[in-house]
Amino acid sequence: MSYVTKSPWIIHYDGSSCNGCDIEVLACLTPMYDVERFGIINTGNPKHADIFLVTGSVNEQNITVVKLIYEQMPEPKVVVAIGICATSGGIFKECYNIMGGIDTVIPVDVYVPGCAARPEAIIDGVVKGLGVLAEKRAAMDQKPAVAAEVKEKEEA
Amino acid sequence: MSEQWKIQNFISIEPTQLVDTLQDYKAEGYRLAQVHCTKVSEGFELTYSLDKDHVLTNFRIILPEEEEIMSITGIYWAAFIYENEMQDLFGVKFKHMALNYGGHFYKVSQPTPWNPKD
Amino acid sequence: MGKRTIIPFGPQHPVLPEPVHLDLVIEDEKVVEAIPSIGFIHRGLEKLVEKKEYTELVYVIERICGICSFGHGWGYCHTVEGLMGIEIPERAEYLRTIWHELSRVHSHLLWLGLLADGFGFESLFMHCWRLRERVLDLFEKTTGGRVIFSVCKVGGVRKDIDKETLDEMVSVLRGMEKELKELTETFINDYSVKNRLVGVGYLSKEDAIELCAVGPMARASGIRQDIRLTGNGVYDKLEFEPCVETAGDCYARTLVRMREVYQSIDMIAKAVELIPDGEISVPVKGNVPKGEFMARLEQPRGEAFYYSKGADSKFLERIRVRTPTNMNIPAMVKTLQGCDLADVPMLILTIDPCISCTER
Repeated sequence: MSYVTKSPWIIHYDGSSCNGCDIEVLACLTPMYDVERFGIINTGNPKHADIFLVTGSVNEQNITVVKLIYEQMPEPKVVVAIGICATSGGIFKECYNIMGGIDTVIPVDVYVPGCAARPEAIIDGVVKGLGVLAEKRAAMDQKPAVAAEVKEKEEA
Repeated sequence: MSEQWKIQNFISIEPTQLVDTLQDYKAEGYRLAQVHCTKVSEGFELTYSLDKDHVLTNFRIILPEEEEIMSITGIYWAAFIYENEMQDLFGVKFKHMALNYGGHFYKVSQPTPWNPKD
Repeated sequence: MGKRTIIPFGPQHPVLPEPVHLDLVIEDEKVVEAIPSIGFIHRGLEKLVEKKEYTELVYVIERICGICSFGHGWGYCHTVEGLMGIEIPERAEYLRTIWHELSRVHSHLLWLGLLADGFGFESLFMHCWRLRERVLDLFEKTTGGRVIFSVCKVGGVRKDIDKETLDEMVSVLRGMEKELKELTETFINDYSVKNRLVGVGYLSKEDAIELCAVGPMARASGIRQDIRLTGNGVYDKLEFEPCVETAGDCYARTLVRMREVYQSIDMIAKAVELIPDGEISVPVKGNVPKGEFMARLEQPRGEAFYYSKGADSKFLERIRVRTPTNMNIPAMVKTLQGCDLADVPMLILTIDPCISCTER
């Protein structure tokens, strides 16, 4: 865990999951698994969040909700799809109201398989997400410099 | 006391009798347990289940597809959930619903998925 | 007479892990009207009946809801067994009852935790969920899964529990009971908890009957209604009396669920004493005959309703599941009228909403 430079805050949204993954996400926060010891806090406000945990697949009605939450999160941000429904639609893929995995709507960085995903797997997914978060931040730090260089060249 | 759950009684009634029948049963202390719909070749098969002292009584109505049926929200207000659901998923037409979402109860990718038009 | 404002509640709300949306019409600080809008989790899984055979369908039905998944599987198997005229072995009935009651313990502890979190008592939330983990460990030991078990099948159950594990189950639960007593003290007597719950969200007995409330919601308003009394499973051998309270407020609903946890532990202990030896399933072959069958179960949240219609093939013609929250939403909407805005989360939580059940 040496590369954890910041304690990420997570936001959780239940797409159209069966609750199984949701209660496992919540179980991560409780004394048995206790992710709060890493400084991970579940927040209700997308503007405070670094990592977006989505359980369940997207359907006709929640597309806008998922998109809105994603757009409201500040950069850099990471999306973790929890459970097989969020990954591909899972057992409900053939249902008439299911559009498929979360990646049909927003870009997903980490996929956590399982039905329901175990808390250990969820924690592992979040930790993987931290790596992605660090990469994204590094890319962001570089970008302004690169942009400035290009501008200088153009002017010259 | 036991074996109650095995009792299966279905009573066929005409669509016009529905409101009067349910009104009588409600006065006797029956509560609404559920309403559901099945698509059959004659149209819709509606089942209204009432419960009293843990015994179910089911009323069965065959409704041709174009016909309207009287809403029961005037008797059991709680039925608005089922009626809106059937309206959205099957396209059953109800008259005088107490709370009508007008087809926006469930937002589905295709209209009336249980009863596709094409 | 104040100005009317509409405050949207949800679908993404810190109090509820699940999406439900309410438009709250507010006048000053009072809620005048609440309009629910659901459909965020509607998957249309009942339609999968056309694509999956009746034996495979158990897995789909179990995934209606991850909290009461065992009960859903059981209810569905009930209807198919009824249609095919299968008598399942007595040991299987006992095992199903034990798992179902264990689900109730886990579900109520989960709910008590969420309630505590709802009124801002975070350490109580943590303690409830800490105890709940022991129930999940028992599930994992006996079925292999923590939340979704897939242990119920048409014709019986998939796994047996040996004598030692059953005894261990009871001793773990009895140990849990002791710790739960301390939490109960807090829930029942703590000043701040009582402040948030007593007298809030009153539902009279007449209203509960009128709005067809089910489960703990109805029992907290003084209605003696419990589908376990109809003698499904082996409940008629376990001799119990449903927990009924008469106050009809959020506090009464908490008390009902609290007492049910203890009752379920007692029922499991009794079932473990009585469980006979024997087979755990009967072989099931052939098509489901024409006909229809209705079954009901007492889920942690109340009466759940299952219906299957056979069509003399491997595929059923129609399945229908009506879940308890479906029946409690009207009661919730009625109790929301006239309550304080600050009490809205409490009111919504005390019906123990399970939205993914409701919308399927």
